[in-house]
Amino acid sequence: MRTFTNIILLILVIALIAVPMFLVKGEFSGADELASRVIEKQDPNYKPWFSPVWEPPSGEIESFLFALQAALGAGVVGFYLGYLKGKKEGKNVNGTVGLSKSFKEN
Amino acid sequence: MLKTNFRLLFLLIFLLIPTPVLAMHIMEGFLPVKWVIFWDLVTLPFIMVGFIRLQREATQGPGAKLMLAFAGAFIFVLSALKMPSVTGSCSHPTGTGLAAILFGPFITTVLGFIVLIFQALLLAHGGLTTLGANTFSMAVAGPLVAYGVYKGLQKAGINSNFSIFLAAMLGDLVTYIVTSVQLALAFPGSSLFLSALKFMGIFALTQIPLAISEGILTVLTYNFLSRYEDAKIWVEKGEH
Repeated sequence: MRTFTNIILLILVIALIAVPMFLVKGEFSGADELASRVIEKQDPNYKPWFSPVWEPPSGEIESFLFALQAALGAGVVGFYLGYLKGKKEGKNVNGTVGLSKSFKEN
Repeated sequence: MLKTNFRLLFLLIFLLIPTPVLAMHIMEGFLPVKWVIFWDLVTLPFIMVGFIRLQREATQGPGAKLMLAFAGAFIFVLSALKMPSVTGSCSHPTGTGLAAILFGPFITTVLGFIVLIFQALLLAHGGLTTLGANTFSMAVAGPLVAYGVYKGLQKAGINSNFSIFLAAMLGDLVTYIVTSVQLALAFPGSSLFLSALKFMGIFALTQIPLAISEGILTVLTYNFLSRYEDAKIWVEKGEH
């Protein structure tokens, strides 16, 4: 696809995320509770019978771990895409797979 | 009859009112034991077949492990991004559509399973008792639908980009519809159908714009991959 189309599509993704933030009045956070409130309504006697083995001690720690998850994933994604690009460029210079000529000379 | 209509109307209104909620996987301890066992048993064969296929795939050609790591990392990133939605609450995409198109649904089950373990153990997000159910919705049902939609549309000769978009989008959406059904089955109240509708108001509605985002991101990533010789092996595998 052309670069232009890609840029339009990326803008669309950003808009899909940004528009609710500006137009919808919501807390955008908080309660897993709504689902559990529905459960309470459906079955008032139900008690969760197991709790998480470990919980992040605070919201800060939780966002740290979420950021870590995203960073690790993005690291691998970026590494692979860079690897593909580098390999292709190496091929273009030498005609074979490997490092580019100028890179070898250094 | 009239009463039922009123209840449906009430539900529709309820569905349209923005409510703050962090809509995601089924929480720890929130499934009765019999349903825990049920979903574990249903999910297990998919994980087992997935592991066998994963092992076979990892030995296929140069770069296979890297490509698998890439598909897994894509799920890892997307399911860490809690995005705001039109319902006034946040949820996250699943990222499983891309892996399903590249490697098929079974390998995707394993990749999604690993992400869910990480989130259950370190983020108290989802849970160990609900792992089977959550794996089924995110890493079995979603990828199966994504794979089926993609293959079907390819066979019908539909534009490849549109096939990928629809596959990833529907795979994402189905994940949360299945989550709602799973909760409704465990907590049907007076009516299974109405209960499912209530949970969908929480889980599936929030997901619609995020599913569209995921569809677009999957198309962009897939096209980027298809520009490179090394990735083409897997990209082309997905095309026949």
